[in-house]
Amino acid sequence: METAEIKLTPKDFVTDQEVRWCPGCGDYSILKQVQTVMPELGIPREQIVFVSGIGCSSRFPYYMETFGMHSIHGRATAIASGLKATRPDLSVWIVTGDGDALSIGGNHLIHLLRRNFNVNVLMFNNEIYGLTKGQYSPTSPVGKVAKSTPVGSVDHPFNPLALCLGADSTFVARSMDRDPIHLREILKRANGHKGTSMVEIYQNCNVFNDGAFEVFTEKGTKKLNTLMVENGKPLVFGENADKGIKLDGFKPTVVNLSDVSANDLWIHDEKDQVKANILVRFFDIPSNEHALPRPFGVFYQEERFCYEDELNAQITEAIESKGKGNLDDLIKGKNTWTI
Amino acid sequence: MSLTTEIKTDVVILFAGDSGDGIQLTGSQFTTTAALYGNDISTFPNFPAEIRAPQGTIAGVSGFQLHFGSIEIFTAGDACDVLVVMNAAALKANMKQLKAGGIIIANTDGFDPKNLKLAKYPDGINPLKDGSLEKFKVYEIDITKITRTALADSGLGTKEMDRSKNMFVLGYIYWMYNRSLDKSIEFLKEQFKKRPELIDANIKVLKAGFNYGDTVEAPMHRFEVKPAPVSKGTYRSIMGNQALALGLIAAAEKSGLPLFYGTYPITPASDILHELSKHKNFGVKTFQAEDEIAAITSAIGASFGGSLGITASSGPGIALKGEAIGLALMLELPLVIVNVQRGGPSTGLPTKTEQADLLQALYGRNGESPVPVIAAYNPSDCFYGAFEACRLALEFMTPVFLLTDGYIANGAEPWKFPSAADLPELKVSFAKNNLKEGEAFLPYKRNEKLARPWAIPGTKGLEHRIGGIEKENETGNISYDPDNHELMVKLRQEKVDNIANYIPLQVIDNGKEKGKLLVLGWGSTYGSIKTAIKEAIEEGYDVSHAHVKYLNPFPKNLGDILKSFDKVLIPEINNGQLIKVIRDKFFVDAKGLNKIQGMPFTSQELKNKIVEMLK
Repeated sequence: METAEIKLTPKDFVTDQEVRWCPGCGDYSILKQVQTVMPELGIPREQIVFVSGIGCSSRFPYYMETFGMHSIHGRATAIASGLKATRPDLSVWIVTGDGDALSIGGNHLIHLLRRNFNVNVLMFNNEIYGLTKGQYSPTSPVGKVAKSTPVGSVDHPFNPLALCLGADSTFVARSMDRDPIHLREILKRANGHKGTSMVEIYQNCNVFNDGAFEVFTEKGTKKLNTLMVENGKPLVFGENADKGIKLDGFKPTVVNLSDVSANDLWIHDEKDQVKANILVRFFDIPSNEHALPRPFGVFYQEERFCYEDELNAQITEAIESKGKGNLDDLIKGKNTWTI
Repeated sequence: MSLTTEIKTDVVILFAGDSGDGIQLTGSQFTTTAALYGNDISTFPNFPAEIRAPQGTIAGVSGFQLHFGSIEIFTAGDACDVLVVMNAAALKANMKQLKAGGIIIANTDGFDPKNLKLAKYPDGINPLKDGSLEKFKVYEIDITKITRTALADSGLGTKEMDRSKNMFVLGYIYWMYNRSLDKSIEFLKEQFKKRPELIDANIKVLKAGFNYGDTVEAPMHRFEVKPAPVSKGTYRSIMGNQALALGLIAAAEKSGLPLFYGTYPITPASDILHELSKHKNFGVKTFQAEDEIAAITSAIGASFGGSLGITASSGPGIALKGEAIGLALMLELPLVIVNVQRGGPSTGLPTKTEQADLLQALYGRNGESPVPVIAAYNPSDCFYGAFEACRLALEFMTPVFLLTDGYIANGAEPWKFPSAADLPELKVSFAKNNLKEGEAFLPYKRNEKLARPWAIPGTKGLEHRIGGIEKENETGNISYDPDNHELMVKLRQEKVDNIANYIPLQVIDNGKEKGKLLVLGWGSTYGSIKTAIKEAIEEGYDVSHAHVKYLNPFPKNLGDILKSFDKVLIPEINNGQLIKVIRDKFFVDAKGLNKIQGMPFTSQELKNKIVEMLK
């Protein structure tokens, strides 16, 4: 295979198609970060495939100068499974939303994760149905007033990353549209992980759900309400990095750094599944009293075999032990008679 | 003892018993032996939907019907000459199938008060004793007792001994038709390689069954069924689903593409998966998906990447795949969708046969969504049907439906199989980058067959995006332009219609090219129609038979054929589906003959209708 000798630039990943998201949509930033990161990955454009389902985010492939498929609602994960099973050489990126991935496509998502195909999932979560013009989504908070819920929704929302860990996801991360540097870093980490990389991206829908995540993304409130985790580093947050998280048994508690020694803080370990399960459960509504900050970063990463590798290994093994199939022998079978 | 040997041209045997009695095995063993002897043969298993329905009940009866002869055989037979029943329920469930004067071989142990009660015979009534079977020849044998006696020294437990009962039946039937035990002995040795004590036990009981015929002091019949005058060549026995799987592999080999089979288990299609999963050394990738939708969409993903993507299911699963079939049609990627039809609607009759998904295949999607549809007509034709479906999919860049059904999927027949060299090459060429400087790749620019290029990921310079949204002609870019939409709808239709130029013309299977009555069939009714027509023609009726394999598009000459006959009869195992399409397309006043009982037509039913229409 030819390697990318000519250095590609972000522009090389821009198509001639006019981008048609609403002005001010968080998708613009995500697109830009993806286009920025792509040249750094060293993968030739023709080896990259973006697959999407249906929804605002799913228009994404049309704007990426790579191979792409804009498929049907919820099925990008399943299409990518077939593609990766047969073409392990490709770099496959699934672009989906909270409705596409968790509602209509929920089943395929959990099966993709357990099979651990080596693909990347970018799930744009805006807690609303945008393309159908403003119904609540499976991640909308209880009481969400939307087009279909004039007096508020009564659905308990998914905690998407807890769901993914429940499906034995081998890479779980969260980022946001409004933090380009963080997002680019997470995208690179996702690409580097062998297995299904699940990236939830908080994305603002400024038309139907404006400000859903502003407490996490805006300057005035971000530092107090978010927790940026880094492997091997203590969990520290706050206006002046003056607060930390301490584990009291399995119970995370917020402490003032002035009161505890740094050694007593929770040190983030991406390989620790038990702690990752606690971390993704930091899911409080920020306005609640004693709310834990919302974490961002890579929460969990493990090495586990990928479906496509084992599938192909079985074929190699069958060819080695039985010899390459002979069509005449196959058609003939074991019992014949001649008249 | 009085012994007579009667010569028969053909015989139908129906083995029936509990689904745990080894009925299917008994039937398939006799089938193999009869085929090796040179008889023509056709078989049809009939099993309950439950894996192990309550023992002794009617719901738990499993059957295996086989029809063999010294003449050409096209169906598993209308009614049986010999009915083997392992218990009272098996007799009750199958009495209707037995010809007057037929033979009943009854395991008397299965007619004890408990079994009679389970079969819901009134208290104190035993059909073997009350004279109700006097029209038939009844051979009562205490198979359980003889089997246990034969195995008294085997060291096996009673339960294991009883499992060999089916071998007694097989041995006895071998005696009745004077067949060698060798092939079955060979089979048992292979089957129980790891448990030699079971090899000995089963062979012993098999021989006991054969010897019983020789030694029992009662009037017994033996029959002779000579080899059939089938055409010279080398044969094997083949079941429809197995043939279908081999046809898919053959197409993959001949096209040089890796085969990807995405599926979700469903009766009666699962055996295709089982067969394909055995052949990994052909590079076959089978993917047991999480549901029917993932089954087809994973296959679409594989096709996008340059594999031969296949999915299969039965009616309910096909319904779930509908949206994705539309996607494949918009993407214009090759894909084969197999529907092994069963009784519907909804869950319907999972283990019974029906032809009621034709309209679903033709029309069951949103929007204007033409898909080529072909149907296999007997077990071995499933091989050619699968191969042809792949050819059309690859040549025309389109999803293609292949219809079979439970009857031919599970039915078996001798097959004079082709050699690999006899099969045509399926030429596939992925798009190459021959673009000039500044020239854009046009993913929807069509060739003379109206097929678009297959540009697979990894091809430098041909990066492009496709999707389910309406696309601009040639560029494939999203387009909501009204004129463009109409153009694209017409182009997709024209592409499918145009396939008529690349398929064989319709032939008359039997009878004259013009005449009073044409019987037009499709799919698994072939054998019954063939048998009925053969008899009717021999009796001087002016009737012909054409069997349609290409249901969309139809062969170009089908309209002319239809108009060459005064009357047209369309028999279907449904409430009238092909007839709707034929009337619509050709304005022919065709008449229907419809049976919706989960069972194939008997040739007699068809013949009666033919005679009635020619009165």
